[in-house]
Amino acid sequence: MATATLILSGIAITLAILLMLAARYFSSSTNEVVEKIETLLPRIQCAQCGYPGCRPYAKAIAEENAEINLCPPGGDETVRRLANFLGREFSPVTEPVKAANLNTVALISEELCIGCNLCSQACPVDAIVGVHQRMHTVISEHCTGCRLCVSPCPVDCISLIPRHG
Amino acid sequence: MVKNHIAKSFTGGIKLNANKNVSSSKTIAEQFIPSKLIIPMSHQFGPDAIPIVKVNQRIKKGELIGEPADKNALAVHASCSGQVTAIEQHQEPIVGEVSSSTCVIIQTNKDDDVSHQKKYWPRDTQTRLNLINQAGIVGLGGGSFPTAEKLNSKSLNCELLILNGAECEPFISCDDVLMREHATEVLRGGMAMMELVGASAILVCIEDDKPEALNAVYDAAGQLNSKLIQIVTLPTRYPAGGEKQLIEAVTGKEVPSGEYPINIGFICQNVGTAYALDRYIQLGEPQINRVVTVTGQGIKNPQNVLVPIGSPISELISFCGGYNDDVSHLILGGNMMGYSLHTDELPVTKATNCILAINKSQEEKSTQIWPCIRCGDCASVCPAKLLPQRIVKAYTNKNFNKLEELGLKDCIECGCCDVVCPSHIPLTASFKNAKYLTEEATTHSLLANEAEMRHNLKKIRLSKEQMKVDRLHAELKSNVRGDNRKSMINDAVNRSRKLRNKK
Repeated sequence: MATATLILSGIAITLAILLMLAARYFSSSTNEVVEKIETLLPRIQCAQCGYPGCRPYAKAIAEENAEINLCPPGGDETVRRLANFLGREFSPVTEPVKAANLNTVALISEELCIGCNLCSQACPVDAIVGVHQRMHTVISEHCTGCRLCVSPCPVDCISLIPRHG
Repeated sequence: MVKNHIAKSFTGGIKLNANKNVSSSKTIAEQFIPSKLIIPMSHQFGPDAIPIVKVNQRIKKGELIGEPADKNALAVHASCSGQVTAIEQHQEPIVGEVSSSTCVIIQTNKDDDVSHQKKYWPRDTQTRLNLINQAGIVGLGGGSFPTAEKLNSKSLNCELLILNGAECEPFISCDDVLMREHATEVLRGGMAMMELVGASAILVCIEDDKPEALNAVYDAAGQLNSKLIQIVTLPTRYPAGGEKQLIEAVTGKEVPSGEYPINIGFICQNVGTAYALDRYIQLGEPQINRVVTVTGQGIKNPQNVLVPIGSPISELISFCGGYNDDVSHLILGGNMMGYSLHTDELPVTKATNCILAINKSQEEKSTQIWPCIRCGDCASVCPAKLLPQRIVKAYTNKNFNKLEELGLKDCIECGCCDVVCPSHIPLTASFKNAKYLTEEATTHSLLANEAEMRHNLKKIRLSKEQMKVDRLHAELKSNVRGDNRKSMINDAVNRSRKLRNKK
């Protein structure tokens, strides 16, 4: 009886130690998880999730258990991939209406622009150029169609057009 | 004596009902002149030509109207004489879709003033290639690949020039009738190409369901009396006219995935292209027309027509007697690889080999799609040796890595798998879409990478600016504190007093 108890508890203790060690050395670091989450996101830096970019959002998902359905440009497709990867429950994207789209680019109507510079401050990828009080323009190759410039514009002169043609 | 070979067939492929007699029984109609021309300035490869004509300018047939954008680009010529009425955006069919591009619209007259004349054909290869580009000559097989670029094989060794007269797709007979009526010109053009690339022989490949064309080419080769011309009879099997399939059938060698035939020593040219090159060398005529098959049960008078490039399809069809009453839809190309057009107000381009009007009885009934039963028929007929059943699975799962692994880009979209699939799965359509999605995903990921980089740069820039502001504030603060605090306050008080006194 005593031997059996000893042997069994011995096995249990060894396994516990092994598990502890494995947990310590083989666990993926948070950084790796953040990176993986970031690759699943569209990475167009639109900040519509409420975080200042895709990396911060990925970090928030990994560390602060943030909701995974905050990314409008990614759509349900991205949520599904995130849910798969993180083993979380799927739920549809909040506010998919204002979704950014890589197939569109912003266009500033040149007659209306007053050169207030607000759009270029809002642009996450510095794709809008223009001097204060002068007409601004979008460099369409760099524009990600994130729509962040649309609402700051006081004269409503920014619209989104298809990327090609 | 002209050598004759009988080639084995390639892997895969299927036997189809050819339906060619409908159009090939008549000779080529050469007197078609449309009332207006819509000549696109765009090319399928390379930059668009720049229009050099003005509205209301009178122009002659063969006159240059679009200048090449750079040294290796293609020129565009007027295909009939007339007057320019507009230079505007117009729809044109380009690789499977209809898109808009700059076109020169010409109101034709019946004068048929010809501006081109026989030019000196130089000895230097590079000059010849430049001339071919200036004549706007592209491959007439349907890909519209610039001929000069294909023949430019200085660094690569070309053993054999293959003249592709297989024309495997049902309904199309434009190459067939061209070889029947202009075999000598075709062979002469082929010889000129052979000289350019330094090949040691020409293989003219013709399917065995075109005995008249075969005979005509035999006779012409006998007259030219060249030992370098060999004629290959191919067993009729779709898609024998596919470049890679043809090479496999006649030489037994396989073109590696993602490479061109020239990498293994062959150049493949369509017989129509050879004819166009001969017209240029003999008459100085740029590529301004091509033979188009107008056929199908929906056409009153199916035939092959020599069409000036830019003719509206609607006028071409009324030239062929117009539509039958029970016509249901229009297809550009053959019934296997062609695509439906929503309108006939489109110009004939250099890639237009066939216009097929289907009537209601020929129309394919839409059948229910059943799940894949893994019979493997699609894989056994695939001429590119792919596994369509697995590609379609990867496509439904949107697994782009898997799609690439399975060789999606090698799919030639021939449609053999669709024909044999017992479950009626739209395989080729899925592959076309999958190719499009793969391309889109790649561009999106490039864009996303760039966006990420630029976003990080912006963050760095902003933090630098913030640091500058912070430093300035700190400096000011430290200045205000300490010994000179009192003197600074006094200075400020004095400044404001002075201002008040002035007032």
